[in-house]
Amino acid sequence: MDKLINDFSFGLFFWQLAILIVLIFLLKKFAWKPILDSLNTREEGIKDALDSAEKARKEMQNLNADNEKLLQEARLQRDSMLKEARELKERIVTEASSEAQEKADKIVAQAQITIQNEKNAALADLKNQVAELSIEIAEKVIRKELSSSEQQYRLVEEMLEDVTLK
Amino acid sequence: MRKENIFKILLAGLFVLVSLNLNAKEAEEETTGKIDTKTGVKEFLGHHLKDSHYFTFFSDGEKGEHYGFPLPVIIWDGGLKVFLASKFHHGEELVELDGNYYKLYHSKIYKTGAEGIIEYGENGFPTNEKPLDFSITKNVIAMITVAILMFLMFWALAKNYQKRSIPKGFSRVLEPLVIYVRDDIAKPNIGPRYKKYMSFLLTVFFFILILNLLGLTPFGINVTGNIAITLGLALVTFIIVQFSGNKHYWKHIFWMPGVPVPMKIILMPIEVLGMLTKPFALMIRLFANMMAGHVVVMSLLGLIFIFQNWIASPAFFGFTLFISLIELLVAFLQAYIFTLLSALYIGMAVEEHEDHPKDHGEDIPVI
Repeated sequence: MDKLINDFSFGLFFWQLAILIVLIFLLKKFAWKPILDSLNTREEGIKDALDSAEKARKEMQNLNADNEKLLQEARLQRDSMLKEARELKERIVTEASSEAQEKADKIVAQAQITIQNEKNAALADLKNQVAELSIEIAEKVIRKELSSSEQQYRLVEEMLEDVTLK
Repeated sequence: MRKENIFKILLAGLFVLVSLNLNAKEAEEETTGKIDTKTGVKEFLGHHLKDSHYFTFFSDGEKGEHYGFPLPVIIWDGGLKVFLASKFHHGEELVELDGNYYKLYHSKIYKTGAEGIIEYGENGFPTNEKPLDFSITKNVIAMITVAILMFLMFWALAKNYQKRSIPKGFSRVLEPLVIYVRDDIAKPNIGPRYKKYMSFLLTVFFFILILNLLGLTPFGINVTGNIAITLGLALVTFIIVQFSGNKHYWKHIFWMPGVPVPMKIILMPIEVLGMLTKPFALMIRLFANMMAGHVVVMSLLGLIFIFQNWIASPAFFGFTLFISLIELLVAFLQAYIFTLLSALYIGMAVEEHEDHPKDHGEDIPVI
């Protein structure tokens, strides 16, 4: 202990403190501050980069999920559309066929009516012509054979017989 | 592979140089003072541990010459006196300045009479008056060198970051050490307020580390093994701790919360003493570790020359090598411990209540 106290050098102590304190302040200004700042910036940069990478990864995942969902939806829509189209087609076909049937029936019915009418008209015409003819014949007969009343009678009878035959 | 070789050569060179140094010194003592090797080694060891007014690389004992350079002596004795240490002729001559005589005796400057007689007290130490010695001694030179070295190294590192985010070259070695001090010493021990103390912790860590490493070189520098240096370092820690102490810190010292009043009174002087023992332990730990390391290495080296035979010398060479490697570890370890404990003490002083709400039982009475 005595030796320690004897060996203690106040001058050295003084210089040591002076050098250390000057060194602390010099290094603080020229080294530690810029070094620690740069280290901080670098570490924050790395952290940010990692964070953004993670974010991008998550976004990518979300995007993929969205795509999948969209695809699924599209598929469902397609299926429903196809189904609808098929139904529509069937309906159109049935509708068309029934309509055609109806139309055909209608046409046939009209045709029948028309035919009936024509036939009736034709019959009436014929009847008229027969009547005119009969009258003509009768005229002629009357003119020719009006002399004999017997003959006239016979002829009328014959003619009438013919007429009723029809 | 090549780098390893260079390292090996350097290591070998280190030992050769130290050995030469010792050999020369020992031989000198033999021729001049007729002192046996044992005493010579002891003397040399004593000189090595002390500060010096010369920067001696090695001495040639047979010619009585010292190879190195003298350092400036600055003393305050009723006025500032500056001269070169070469005037002392290695303690052989008195220096006369303004009617006063000064003698260099065991690396210390004493005021003597014209005859240069050193008087001894009861404890065996000189009782002569000592002028205030502000000399630029070997240790001061070493510290200035380290300061310049540190400034250049870390300035280069700082400039490195301006150009690229990952440093190149030697700076790449320094960066992990800086990060280590920040992440493993400052952050866990000080907590969120660590930034304010980074300059001190980093400077002290590298200052001690480089001085420790310098102590392993053959220049024979023993800076961190000097009590004046460790006192200075511990004092700075002490002052920083006291000035950063918050309300809780002072309350814990003078009026311990959570204990009965009589206990508070008993605890007060204990806590005040604890305040002082912490830096005191810092001072002694670093000083004793580094000095002990130097003593062991030098003693083992001395043994090579004491035995001087073909079996013992290589064996002690091996021992020295082994201890030197351990000293290399100690150099890092002591720098780490000093910084770590400084950070811990600062952390205790700045710790806020809300920092660790769990392990603070302040408001709950203990009994």
